[in-house]
Amino acid sequence: MKRQIPLMLVLTLGIIYFFVPLVSTPWVVDNLQHEVFEKWLKIIGVFAVIMSVASLWRRNAVKIKRKSGDYAYSYLELIGMVLMAALAIIAPKWNIGNGMVLGGIAGNSVYNWIFMNMQVPMQATMFSMLAFYIASAAYRSFRARNIEATLLLITAAIVMIGRVPLGENIYQFMLKLNGGEAAAFQWSRMFDFQGITQFILDVPNAATKRAIGFGVAMGMLATSLKIIFGIEKSWLGGTE
Amino acid sequence: MINIIQTTIGAILTLSIFSFLYKDNPLYRIAEHLLIGISVGYIIGQQYHMGFMNYVITPIFREGQLVYLIPSFIGLMYLGFFSQKTSWLIRFPIAISLGIGAGYGIPYTFQASIFIQLRETLTVFSEPGITGFGIFSGVLFLLGVFTAIVYFFFSWKHRGVVGIVAKVGIYFLMIGFGASFGLTVMGRISLLIGRFLFLFKDWLHIIS
Repeated sequence: MKRQIPLMLVLTLGIIYFFVPLVSTPWVVDNLQHEVFEKWLKIIGVFAVIMSVASLWRRNAVKIKRKSGDYAYSYLELIGMVLMAALAIIAPKWNIGNGMVLGGIAGNSVYNWIFMNMQVPMQATMFSMLAFYIASAAYRSFRARNIEATLLLITAAIVMIGRVPLGENIYQFMLKLNGGEAAAFQWSRMFDFQGITQFILDVPNAATKRAIGFGVAMGMLATSLKIIFGIEKSWLGGTE
Repeated sequence: MINIIQTTIGAILTLSIFSFLYKDNPLYRIAEHLLIGISVGYIIGQQYHMGFMNYVITPIFREGQLVYLIPSFIGLMYLGFFSQKTSWLIRFPIAISLGIGAGYGIPYTFQASIFIQLRETLTVFSEPGITGFGIFSGVLFLLGVFTAIVYFFFSWKHRGVVGIVAKVGIYFLMIGFGASFGLTVMGRISLLIGRFLFLFKDWLHIIS
């Protein structure tokens, strides 16, 4: 029962909702699409967030209780979480000077101030650090061992040069050597990194992305069908 | 004054995270855990005001739309996760979300990711006033899509003509991956430049 009813629910709702985009009568659009699909799923999603937050809380609380590993850092996680939640939900909207308010999530709230001045810089730094690791990995692994690797290497180099002013400067220098725009044979075009980059992005890159996109779409369709017809059951978890 | 405080806090946190480039250290761990906590707190605030208040509290308690008690009750089943006896209850909200999502997703994926993309692929030559270079690009584009798809088609062994076509597909894929790699690197580099500009321009005022 604990497994059969959810599987039946998936099958029934999956079949009903397969027809929803195809049958666009006012009743279907109003009730099944606008009401259930757009609002009900959002409400269910809100409780999923509550579960996730409670789960994170429990994980940190257990770590602190057992004093296991680096449990001191768990305090920081909980403090950040509680502080932001309290500022957004409980704190009164008092004016605290400089046009800022204590509570709420408005643009001039402390909640938003912490987001802009703590979360955004930290997140941007985390992502920017990847530049070092990507460069280091590329330096160690990029070798023109065969045609495929060479193509990848050359394309990456052209795209990188084409995205910075250096690419344009090289082209302008070569254009001058070539005798300017009026020259009969424009060999300098070979150094138009920006133009070549745009061509690579518009043609071979877009073509491969489209082919991969078809594959992804087929995979999504197959997975959806497997879930609806109960072939894929891993989401049930456990065996009971 | 507040500007100095906020840039200093941002700079200290930025430097704390950059310190990981040397090695894992307490400063980095502090910033890392603070980031997780603040991010989760931010999501709680957003979900409370945009989700919980807008879709649960206001419609049910202020507008009297009791029908929303049904999805709220289904959502509450998620909380069964915290007891071993009731953990099976979370299968119901997952089943409802998954069933609706999977069913709705099939025609939508067909329409958005297959039919429209196929139409756009097959009509590359239909642009008005297409030039010779445009035709060349169109042919190359079609060749790229076709050969890359053949490479991913495993029902036939990649031998003979199929093998040659798949090989061309690999070349296209490598060019595509190279371009994606180049773009990713440049994206990260521009973020890095942004962080250095923040440190040296906004915080230290060393560069103008």
